[in-house]
Amino acid sequence: MEEEKTPKISVWNLPDVPKGKLPAHLELQRTRVICTPDAATNTENIRYSGAYASMGVDNSLRLGHFRDNFRVEVVRLTEDDMEFDMIGIDASLANAFRRILLAELPTMAIEKVLIANNTSVIQDEVLAHRLGLIPLKVDPRMFEYMSENDVPNEKNTIVFKLHSCCERGSSRIKVLSNELQWLPRGSELTVSTEKPAVDPTSRPRTYTSFNCSQDSLPEFSNNPIGPKHDDIIIAKLGPGQEIELEAHAVKGMGKTHAKWSPVATSWYRMLPEVVLLQEIEGEIAEELVKKCPVKVFDIEDIGKGRKRATVARPRSCTLCRECIRPDGKEKEKEQRIYWDKYVALRRVKDHFIFTIESTGALPPEMLFTEAVKILEDKCERVITELS
Amino acid sequence: MEHGSYQDQSQATFSLTDEDHTLANSLRFTLNQDPRVTFCGYSIPHPSDARVNIRVQTTGDPASEVLKDSCQDLMLICQHVRSTFDQAVVEFKNKNSLDAINIGP
Repeated sequence: MEEEKTPKISVWNLPDVPKGKLPAHLELQRTRVICTPDAATNTENIRYSGAYASMGVDNSLRLGHFRDNFRVEVVRLTEDDMEFDMIGIDASLANAFRRILLAELPTMAIEKVLIANNTSVIQDEVLAHRLGLIPLKVDPRMFEYMSENDVPNEKNTIVFKLHSCCERGSSRIKVLSNELQWLPRGSELTVSTEKPAVDPTSRPRTYTSFNCSQDSLPEFSNNPIGPKHDDIIIAKLGPGQEIELEAHAVKGMGKTHAKWSPVATSWYRMLPEVVLLQEIEGEIAEELVKKCPVKVFDIEDIGKGRKRATVARPRSCTLCRECIRPDGKEKEKEQRIYWDKYVALRRVKDHFIFTIESTGALPPEMLFTEAVKILEDKCERVITELS
Repeated sequence: MEHGSYQDQSQATFSLTDEDHTLANSLRFTLNQDPRVTFCGYSIPHPSDARVNIRVQTTGDPASEVLKDSCQDLMLICQHVRSTFDQAVVEFKNKNSLDAINIGP
């Protein structure tokens, strides 16, 4: 057996491992999640400050370094949803913002429903449940929380009235959410008491005690409070059926019930990175381009009729892993290609593509700002508890 | 609530009520980045109770000081995130309104 002649280098003459910078494979391990055909590997964040101490690399948090490298790029911003990129932040913070957006941002939603008359086929509790889920277009920061002992007043309650009936002889009607009428003066249903009112001219006691009409507040005088969408079907009534009810909306958080969540949903994903490990030309290139369902790859002509595959749209990669799955039974054994020699799928660990879909109470950019403020408040609470 | 020893201030377990992974994971991230910390982690004793135990062991500094510093670091990070985000939104809106003006007649 012949051995290859390797040049003899003395141990003392070997090139130095560069200090102060990580070698390429460790840098890859630190900053990328590697997706293999079976699963994603390397997902944990190496955040310990002394992790690379033996290499002379300082892995600790340097606020100046964070400030220089952190970027936000907004991709799409409409009235109801937005998509933006956050670069240079850690997964734990991105997840904290997502959790706060879902569960700890307050909104207003209908909580108590006082039903005066319901002869429809929808049961009382089902009707009340549906009313609770209707998103209301009102800024929750103008209201306060209401606890058990509080009296419902104009600072913590919004009152709506719904009175709909279907005439006998007409066909079925749908009760839409635009029939929810806002009552700025408070409840109109009177509380029945055994003793008759002492003073016949005084106003009878209702279920809420509004001191002033909500109409008179400057925020509400020009834009009345109502549901965000006018065409939500609340119930359907047949001839002769009637619904008469009053609904009180209060402030709450998604933690208690999902109706108080201000986002339809919000999610993030890491930026995908698709890398071609070798030059892919000719027929193999065409096969690769056909494999991808979201057209990440493209064919490029390099003259003389030769074609080469390039990565055109890595951002739209959904990580279906079709491009690295080894060929199966559809080909003969000798012709099967192991694609993971050609393509590497990775995700960048600190680049997050955030999407926020708001239900309408607040615009999405304000929602994110409020979520960050809530995280700051939590930290402050911990600091005050410790001191 | 801090569970530690009066003799050795450098290690303690902090039990926070009304908290969950949201704050605990972020605090763990900033604590890990602090070079004075030798060990830090968090656990949730039972998912039905809203209680988090954060364990901090340092190289000599009192654990509560290190935790306070990490909370302040986290607050600074949040403020920077907020200002960068607001700036980016304003720039995007300006850019889009300019495009709208340019496209129009």
